[in-house]
Amino acid sequence: MDLKDLYRDVILDHNKRPRNFGVLAPPAIGAKGHNPLCGDQLTVYVNLENGVIRDVKFEGSGCAISVASASLMTEAVKGLDPTAFAALHARVHDVLTRHDAEIPTDLGKLAALGGVREYPARVKCASLSWRTLEAALAGAHAVTTE
Amino acid sequence: MTRQPAYDLSAVRADFPILARPIRGKPLVYLDNGASAQRPLAVIDAERRYAMETHANVHRGVHTLSQRATDAFEGARERVRRFLNARSTREIIFTRGTTESVNLVAQSYARPKLQPGDEILVTRLEHHANIVPWQLVCEATGARVVVVPISDRGEVDPEDVRRLISPRTRLLGIAHVSNALGTVLPVAEMIEIAHAAGVPVLVDGAQAVPHMRIDVQALDADFYVFSGHKLYGPDGIGILYGRESLLAAMPPWQGGGDMILHVSFEGTTYNELPYKFEAGTPHMSGAVGLAAAIDYVDGIGLENIGAWESTLLAHAHARLGAIEGLRIIGTAAHKAGLVSFVVDGVHPHDLGTILDEEGVAIRTGHHCAMPAIEFFKVPATARASFGLYTTLEEIDRLAEAIETARNLFR
Repeated sequence: MDLKDLYRDVILDHNKRPRNFGVLAPPAIGAKGHNPLCGDQLTVYVNLENGVIRDVKFEGSGCAISVASASLMTEAVKGLDPTAFAALHARVHDVLTRHDAEIPTDLGKLAALGGVREYPARVKCASLSWRTLEAALAGAHAVTTE
Repeated sequence: MTRQPAYDLSAVRADFPILARPIRGKPLVYLDNGASAQRPLAVIDAERRYAMETHANVHRGVHTLSQRATDAFEGARERVRRFLNARSTREIIFTRGTTESVNLVAQSYARPKLQPGDEILVTRLEHHANIVPWQLVCEATGARVVVVPISDRGEVDPEDVRRLISPRTRLLGIAHVSNALGTVLPVAEMIEIAHAAGVPVLVDGAQAVPHMRIDVQALDADFYVFSGHKLYGPDGIGILYGRESLLAAMPPWQGGGDMILHVSFEGTTYNELPYKFEAGTPHMSGAVGLAAAIDYVDGIGLENIGAWESTLLAHAHARLGAIEGLRIIGTAAHKAGLVSFVVDGVHPHDLGTILDEEGVAIRTGHHCAMPAIEFFKVPATARASFGLYTTLEEIDRLAEAIETARNLFR
């Protein structure tokens, strides 16, 4: 196992320069996510237009895995409707947790999260933003990964 | 400053089989002793021998094994009494650990006494185990928790205790050593101040007993609590020391076997101390293992262990302090062997993973002391905590692994 499998350049880059970092004003929906174990806290804001995600931003603080995962997510989900988001979320979840699964070739930069599966303690970090956006879309407003 | 402990470090390390285990292909550097210390063969063997030669239920049978098990269990109690210099084994209650000990005092000592508006005084650097049990009894009674502040160095000024004690203060709860910051608190002085105001004191000694000799009579502590597994002993066993006059006046906390003299549906007569607080079959092999752990640290000498850990701490402060962007959290003048720190640009959680890849085990997070960590305006810290078997070279490996992390995140 090499640390660079977990901390790939894409991850380090998105940690250092998170994309879509900031706040969306109402009527955007916001939801808070919290990982009490490591203190990661983030808020995800989402704007829906005609049933699809038109804009999404996040803010907060966390480890490199949680920040990079949130940043990569914001790039990947624009234009998706909630059903398509749920499908992508499920595929990413498999990438994060299933040792035996092939990393799909069509996941783009999200495939960089594949190193997390070797570090079970870090799955919660990578999934926090996804679960928080899921909650925002479902109208819930707080998520904890404990 | 000695560069060698007063004991044979490599012989001592050989007593701990787990230290020879590689982690991710590298030699283990175990620096998470504040969370749980490793066990020497003497402890492992004592528990094994108990199971193979002695085990039966205690205080119950006339048969030989029950008597032997009772002797072993009560022998362990006497060993703990001697370790703490308590007056009597009636003052030594076996519990599951520090947390259960505090809860016992909160529920059995404090709760029946507390009136709306009464106060429990604790410091800002307490472990959650010395905060939440008090919050629970306060919620139930209308009392409130009052907090003694800490300084930027993570120290507690006894004068703040004096200032915050009021006519409504019913108990002072203080850590002997902060698990998050390493601060050694001036507990003797704080106890004197509290007693002058008629306030009893519970000392959370979980982080103190592995590092220094404790004399509950010299401290004049009313309650002193600790866990076996931080003292190189088994998990699942801990101690509540309580002043006999206080314990005698307290009602039982849990009901069941062993804590009764006579049961009828008209009424039940409780057993005498210490059994009144030990409902159900106790953790007998754990008690035996704890006594073996105490024999082990006493054999090395707590003064020798403390002196070596001072050397380790000074070395760690020097090595870590020289790393660019590293900030040590908790810089009290008097610290036990642990260092909490943050590194610019590297989240503690990432640091923990990267260090683990190098075989270095540390704790990251809030260390179950969120109010203390939040005081320093950080979400979490990394914490390296030393033990009697820690070497200077291991601290060098820690420093090198931190540099590896910094380079990765540059």
